[in-house]
Formats: sequence, structure tokens, C-alpha cells
Amino acid sequence: MSSLNQILHITLINLRNVPRRLGTSLVVVVGIAGVVGVLVSVLAMGEGFRHTLASTGRPTRVIMLRAGSDAEMSSGVGRDQATLLGALPGVARDDAGRPLVSAELFVMVDLPRQGQSDPNNVPFRGVQPAAFAIRDEVRIIEGRHYERGVREVIVGRKAAREFAGLGVGSRIAFRDSDWTVVGTFESGGDVHESEIWADAEVAMSAFRRSGFQSVTAALADLTDSGLADLRASIARDRRLSINVLREPEYYAKQASILSKLIGVLGYSVATFMAIGATFGALNCMYSAIASRQTEIATLRAIGFGGAPVVVSVMIEALALALIGGVLGATLAYVYCDGASLSTLNFNTFSQVAFDFRVTPGLLARGLVWALLIGAAGGLLPAIRAARVPVTVALRTA
Amino acid sequence: MKYLPLVWSQLFRRKTRTVLTLLSVLVAFLLFGLLQAVQIAFESGADSADAKRLLTTARYSIIEPLPMSYALRMERVQGVVAVAYADWFGAKYQNESNAFAVFAVDPARYLDMYPEFEIAPAQREAFMKTRTGAVAGKRLMDRYGWKVGQKLPISSEIHAKTDGSLDWEFDLVGVFDAEDPAVRANTDVVLINVAYFDEARQSGRGKTGWYITRIADADQARTIAADVDRLFMNSPDETKTAPEKEFAVGFAKQIGDLGALVTRILLAVFFTILILTGNTMAQAIRERIPELAILKTLGFSNVTVTALVLGEAALLLGIGATLGMLTAVSIIPGLNSATGGRFPPLFVHAETFVLAAVVALALALAVGLPPALRVHRLRIVEALAGHR
Repeated sequence: MSSLNQILHITLINLRNVPRRLGTSLVVVVGIAGVVGVLVSVLAMGEGFRHTLASTGRPTRVIMLRAGSDAEMSSGVGRDQATLLGALPGVARDDAGRPLVSAELFVMVDLPRQGQSDPNNVPFRGVQPAAFAIRDEVRIIEGRHYERGVREVIVGRKAAREFAGLGVGSRIAFRDSDWTVVGTFESGGDVHESEIWADAEVAMSAFRRSGFQSVTAALADLTDSGLADLRASIARDRRLSINVLREPEYYAKQASILSKLIGVLGYSVATFMAIGATFGALNCMYSAIASRQTEIATLRAIGFGGAPVVVSVMIEALALALIGGVLGATLAYVYCDGASLSTLNFNTFSQVAFDFRVTPGLLARGLVWALLIGAAGGLLPAIRAARVPVTVALRTA
Repeated sequence: MKYLPLVWSQLFRRKTRTVLTLLSVLVAFLLFGLLQAVQIAFESGADSADAKRLLTTARYSIIEPLPMSYALRMERVQGVVAVAYADWFGAKYQNESNAFAVFAVDPARYLDMYPEFEIAPAQREAFMKTRTGAVAGKRLMDRYGWKVGQKLPISSEIHAKTDGSLDWEFDLVGVFDAEDPAVRANTDVVLINVAYFDEARQSGRGKTGWYITRIADADQARTIAADVDRLFMNSPDETKTAPEKEFAVGFAKQIGDLGALVTRILLAVFFTILILTGNTMAQAIRERIPELAILKTLGFSNVTVTALVLGEAALLLGIGATLGMLTAVSIIPGLNSATGGRFPPLFVHAETFVLAAVVALALALAVGLPPALRVHRLRIVEALAGHR
């Protein structure tokens, strides 16, 4: 009999036997499902957060901050500087010849989460009219645009969902005055959906600010050399000390700390759980081969080789692991995918809302972990099964 | 107690199985200890809060500044003992944003407000006298290898000097530390002298970030907070005052419900352990049915035999839980030094031990009761006859 045939036969016998050892088999399945479920859901949280920031901004646009500032909140761009920046030749212009540039105020306002009362740092952005031409992904989905010169705001879709009192028509008290929510906007699931937007001029007088935090502009020349020219023209002007970044580069940076933290948390917890699950799998496979000791010895006595026995035990372990992995991944997908969450982004010190994202890549990673645990748990018992001398096995059974 | 050797030998009847199960339980409780430590570290602000301290920030957002002149008016509020203030510097060190926090403070006011920060009297004196002086927490000193007496170059992302430069330099004149691990997280900060900072900065002069007030009677916290806020009501800079603890809890909540996340992970972990040990126990008892019947024949009462089985489950989880918690305690110092002090210091809280004991006991009952009841009902004749 070819060894392939032997493997097939022993494996089939093993697998047919599994229902009789349901209790121990369940340990492997549940243990591995736990590992994969936790791993996939925690990483899905990190993935969702990263995706939200990564999908913010276009490479065709740049954000300009004061040199030395890594985040909008700590940056400061004077009104005079903003005017100079808008007039640079590297900035694109609309059909009427007006520069596609928006100098923006960026502050935090305190708002409670839905159903709670503690304040959260919700980002508030004052934008200039060109902001909507520059960011054409922004679309009003409910209500209307704010009117210029009036204390009205539009609210990002995710901010409206996470924080209390941001429905269209409600009034919110910020410094000095009440503002009316007149609309809700979406912007392709990016980080701006966690923000509140208003007219920059009105916001600046209300928050008593004399300068902006950042300037966002569309590039006239999208190539790297176009960007280099823009940077060079800023460097030549001694009145300007400004750092220019393409938007995706800037927003990817803003994800660095929290992404890393979530990744470390997910992988360390999953590693510990995997170690625990491996002990469980070892236990299960040892008792599986113990209960079949006579059967395995008999097979070897009638001419089956050691290798097919090893392979068959491994296949059983891997099959159970795979069931556990699929179960865990499915649970993570059903319970987590699309679940929404808002947290403090440590880079910007303000709230960012995002959805868990269970991607095919994460599911695959979960299954790889499951198979690794199965392999680790199956190998030693498999080798033991093949090593016990036939005579001893038959006598001590 | 006299049955301990019997329970022990029953437990280790199948060494491999018991040891593997124990290791799984160990890992589960190790994870429990570590995750609880992480959660507590994140929420430690609330633990180390002093009930006699209030925090005052601008009413609508913590980033809005308040006039420094408020200190004198707040001091006159009934029940207020002392007032200190601090401003956020927005540090960038060795090109890393927010590598640590830097607060611009009035040295004497601030150090008096936080008596838990231990600093040598001579260094405190030097900090008060040196306009460009700075003091740093011990963990930060260790992380960056700073020495008292050196120059400390720190950039600010927010505050430019009058010459427009964002690069500042301070004289490191002292170091402070705290014994309580919950407080030690708060020492990861550099304090600079506001006298120099306020004079040398380009804008925002005469303003500060937040106020800390010490009150005589913690029970009066609400009333005094309201009194302080009333003082500045309808002024251009309205305030919001709350006990320090509330502030810390609120900040932890900004991060989100970390507690719920940890709880869910631990539920998954312990559910797995429940299945695993449950299976081990069920197997162990099934194999020993004839032995248990013989024990009953020898005159062991139903209750005793049941207790023996429960005791076995309790011993299994007790050993696993103890070893797991001990492992957590022993690896945490290593973890703390591995993170280089970038993370609040982890420690296993006394409460965590109690909670671990409760969880272990609950698991022992859950996995021990079904086989124990089965043994309780066991009829000797059937049990002996049912097996070869």
C-alpha cells in the first residue's frame, strides 16, 4: 500500500472517531476559537482606526503647518502668513482664478458621549469657503450648509453618532454663544467625519483667535517636483516658516501611536492565549492517541508505517484547529465588523470615531494562527504515537 | 485538611494531563494579572487623586487658557487653602512630539500642591531660585540619562520665544520621585519655572492652562467648586471646576471604555479555561468511578467524597491561579523597564489578587460541581458493576 493511501485511511479512521471524543475535541476548538476571536477583533479595531486616518486626504492636496509642529492642534499660522501662502504659484486655482486654499482654525470643544456626561475633546474646524471645493468628498447628507457669517455648524456623520446633542436642529453652547446644528456631512469615512465644521471667520471671533492652525491647499503641479517647488518658494520667503506635507503623509503620521498600541495589545494578548490553547491542544491530542493506543499499535503491527500515523494525528489536530479558527473568525466578524467606537487619538489629543474593520487579511492571519497552534499541539503527541513500540503499546493498553 | 495528600495524589494521577491543564490555567491568570494591571495603570489617575484637590479649566475646552491673575481671586474663596497653576508647554524632545509632558509652573505653589512628589529641599530651593530652572521625574531622568546640573534642550510645538525660535533650554536643577506606584505615573513630567517661561514667550503672556486648588474639607468640594466657577461667571474666561478624581476619571473615559474591552477579552479567556478544566475534571472523574465507589464502600460518606472531588477542582484552579498571579508579579518589573518608562508603571493591585481568588473559586465550583454531584449520586453496586 502506498504511504499516501495509508495516510488517507488512518486519517479517515481518526476523523470518524472524533465525535466519540467530543469533549476533548471541543477543548481544542473552543481554545483556538478564543485566540482567533480575540486576535481578529482587537486587530480589527486597529485596522479600522488606521483605515480611517489612511483614507483621509488626497495626495493632490497639501497641509501646511508651522515648522516644528507635528499636529494641527499645536500649530499656528498667522493671518498674514495664510494670505502669503494662498498667493504662491504652487497652489491650484479654480476657473475664476481664485486660489484653492483654505486657512483653518482647529480647536477642541467639550461634548459628552451619547448617554454620558463626561466631556470629550471633540475637534472643531473653522474652514474657509474654498474648503468644499478642495475637499470634494465632503457631502451634506442631512440638512443644509451653514450660512457664512452666522453661528451655524455642520457635523460629521460619526461625530453626530458618537456625541450627544449634535442632531440637525439642536443647539450647542460653546464659548460665548450658542451655535445651531444645521446639517450633517459625510466624507468617505475619513477622520473629518469626527469633526464639527463652521465658517472660519465666525469661529475665530467666537473663540477669540487671531490666527489659524493650518492651511490646506490643492497642488497646482501634482508631481513631487511641483511639491518641491512649492517648498522652495516657501523657504525663499523669510516671512514664512512653514512645513508642507501631502495630506496622506500627514494623516498617516497621526495614527502612529495608537496603531502601535493596539497592535502591541492585540498580539501580546493573543500570544498568551495561544500558549494556553497550545497546552489545551496538547492535552487533547495526547488523550486522543491514548484512547486509540491499541488501534494504532494494531495498524502498525499489520504493516502501516510510523509516518502515516504521525501525519494522520497532525491532520486531525489541524482539522480541529481549522474549525476553531473559522469559528473564532466568524464570531469576530459577526460581532465586531462595522461596530463603531470613538477614542482619544494620542497624536492629536482629540477624539476620533471609527468602525471596526474585519478584513480578509485579518481573517487569514487568524486562520494561520489557528493552524500554527494546531500544529504545535499535534506534533509531540503524533511523534509519541508513532514511537511507542508496538509490543509495549499492545500490552499496556 | 487531612485529606490533602489524597486530593493531591488524585490530582496528579495523570501527570501530563494535569500539568498541561495547570499550565493553561497559569497562562489565563497571568493574562488576567497583566490586563488588570494595564487597565489600572490607565485609570491610575483616579486612584492617586487627592480628594482635597480641585482642578479648574476653561469652561468650554481644556485647551483654552485662563488668566494667571485668577490665582489671587481663587485664594480668597472660602475653604480654599492653596492655589497652584500649570501651563502645557507642548514638548518636542529629540524630534519626538510629546515625548513627555512639560508643565510651566510656579515652583513653590506647585510642589506644595503635590506633597507626594518627593524632592530634596536643596533642589527645591534651587528650582525656586533659578529662573531657567527645571526639575524632572526620576523615571524620565533614567530614561534619557539626564544628570542634575546639565542643560536641558527642549523644543515647544506651541510656544515660540520672543525671537521666534521654538527651541528652549533649561537648567536641570532637581529630580523628584514618588514611592506609591499609582502616583509614580504622574512623575513622568518636566516642570519648568513659569517666571522665565512667561517672560520669554512670544504670545499668551499672563495666561496659564489650568488651576489646582487645595481645599480644607473634602466634603465641601462641590460647594467650593461651584463658588469658584461663580466667581468668573459671565467673564470672558469662564471656568469649570471639579474634584481631581472626577477629572482623572473623565480623562480615562475619553480613551473609551478600556474596562469593557479588557472584560470581554478576559471573558473569552476564562470561558476557554472553563471548557478546558471542565473537560479535564470530567475525564479524571470518569476514569476513577470504581475508585470512588471503593472509597464509599470503605465508609466515606457521600458528602466527603463529593468534597474530595470539589477539593480537587479547587486545588487545580488554586495552584494554577496562584502560579499565574506570581508569574505576573515577577515579570512586571521586566515589562516596566522594557517599555523604557514610556508607559505608566504597571503593578498588580491588591484588589486584583482578591478578584483572581474570586474568579478561581467560581471556576472551581463551575467545573467541580457537575462531576461532584455525579459522584454524590453514585451507587456503589452499579459503579463497581459498570466497570470491568
